[in-house]
Amino acid sequence: MKAAIKGDVSFFAKEIEAACGQDVLTCYQCRKCTMGCPMAFKMKVKVNEMMRAVQLGRKEDVLAGDTMWWCVSCETCATRCPQGIEIVEVMDVLREMAIKGEYYIPVESMKSFHEVFLNSVRSYGRLYEMGFAMDLNLALLDPLKDAGLGPVMFSKGKLKLLPHKVKNLESVKKIFENVKKIEELQE
Amino acid sequence: MKYAYYPGCSLESSAKEYDLSIRACCGLAGVDLVEIPDWVCCGASSAHATSHLLSIALPAKALVQTEAMGLHQVIAPCVACLTRLKVASMEMDEDEKLKSNVEKVLETPYQGNVKVRNILDVFLNDVGLDRVKMAVEKPLKGLKVACYYGCLLTRPPHIAQFDDVENPHSMDDLMRAVGAETVDWSFKTDCCGVSMSLAETDVALDLTNKVLEGAKDAGADCVAVACPLCQSNLDLRQKDIGNKFGAFYDLPVLYFSQLMGLAFGATTRDVGLEKVIVNPFPALGAI
Repeated sequence: MKAAIKGDVSFFAKEIEAACGQDVLTCYQCRKCTMGCPMAFKMKVKVNEMMRAVQLGRKEDVLAGDTMWWCVSCETCATRCPQGIEIVEVMDVLREMAIKGEYYIPVESMKSFHEVFLNSVRSYGRLYEMGFAMDLNLALLDPLKDAGLGPVMFSKGKLKLLPHKVKNLESVKKIFENVKKIEELQE
Repeated sequence: MKYAYYPGCSLESSAKEYDLSIRACCGLAGVDLVEIPDWVCCGASSAHATSHLLSIALPAKALVQTEAMGLHQVIAPCVACLTRLKVASMEMDEDEKLKSNVEKVLETPYQGNVKVRNILDVFLNDVGLDRVKMAVEKPLKGLKVACYYGCLLTRPPHIAQFDDVENPHSMDDLMRAVGAETVDWSFKTDCCGVSMSLAETDVALDLTNKVLEGAKDAGADCVAVACPLCQSNLDLRQKDIGNKFGAFYDLPVLYFSQLMGLAFGATTRDVGLEKVIVNPFPALGAI
């Protein structure tokens, strides 16, 4: 069998390092990350395999992969990594790259989760929990999901029917607008 | 002892009892909380998955506001908020360019002398175990508590800088100081899966089930938590877990501050005990 690595494959790892300061090239495949990962049972590509793919410059495979979308950011991997790689920061960068690059996202529901969440923050300045849950269910095409929990939470005084808007909503809009402006300038 | 207080979105609705019990405990222990006026959501757990700058700018707003209040320490009881505020403060300290970008986003300068504090840390180290013990009026005698730390109280260690990362004991220390017994168990720092709880419920149930099973097997009467996301996931999903695994735990999941508040002599109403879904009164009956 011929090895099929051509040229410098470290470009992807370097791109990630530039974005978050984490050097994936130092990973030596001890697999502590995957062993401790509570979500490994859902991942087609396990955490250590994803790290190896990054080292090999397989950008397309990684960004279209499912690893970072199952990651729950529990930080177990990063805590145990003998090379001190903050793997969750790598996951964050990969999610950001996958969204910006309009890659296919295998766990579509998690992308909806983040979009709907940030919409709520953008509109009210705070998370409107009930609206968030209902909008998410609509995005997941499952409007009655968890409908039984609503009355239980309401009877316990745990659900607010109306959003609590911050008074200075203009300042929140500004945050989102300014972030966009600065990010566009950097690109 | 005066601190800025950042309740966060959960403490306004689904975790109202955490807010109530924190305020009750702080009042009884002489910790002065001043709520940040018109605070804005910290963006957890979505901003950091979509834009790094946004994930720093949103929590940085609370830091800037703390400074404007003339205070140097801010308490965020929600562990997700706590982590985002800490990350923002640490990254801006280390990275001048990031700090200047955040200042541009917020259109306000930031001096950088705000310390973000974990509420357990405040009770352990600012109030101190001796004063906690002195404040006890009704010790929680005979109550077996499984202290659950979850992910972010101790992880990642360079951000949390708190307790032993694999076998934490700070909450156990506090619970024992107010007269409860704490059980040894293996799931103190295992993830409960809450970030999947709404979008991929079935997956979250697998993780939640392991935690509750571990606590039950250790003989606990209740689980104590310090995170509104852990609480709602472990408390609210017990029926779903029963349906999926046939295991009906009926295990109350309480905030450590609810238990501490009761020991300090607060009423069940003061600490919002009736807001918990799995009825905690039978377990607490003996007290």
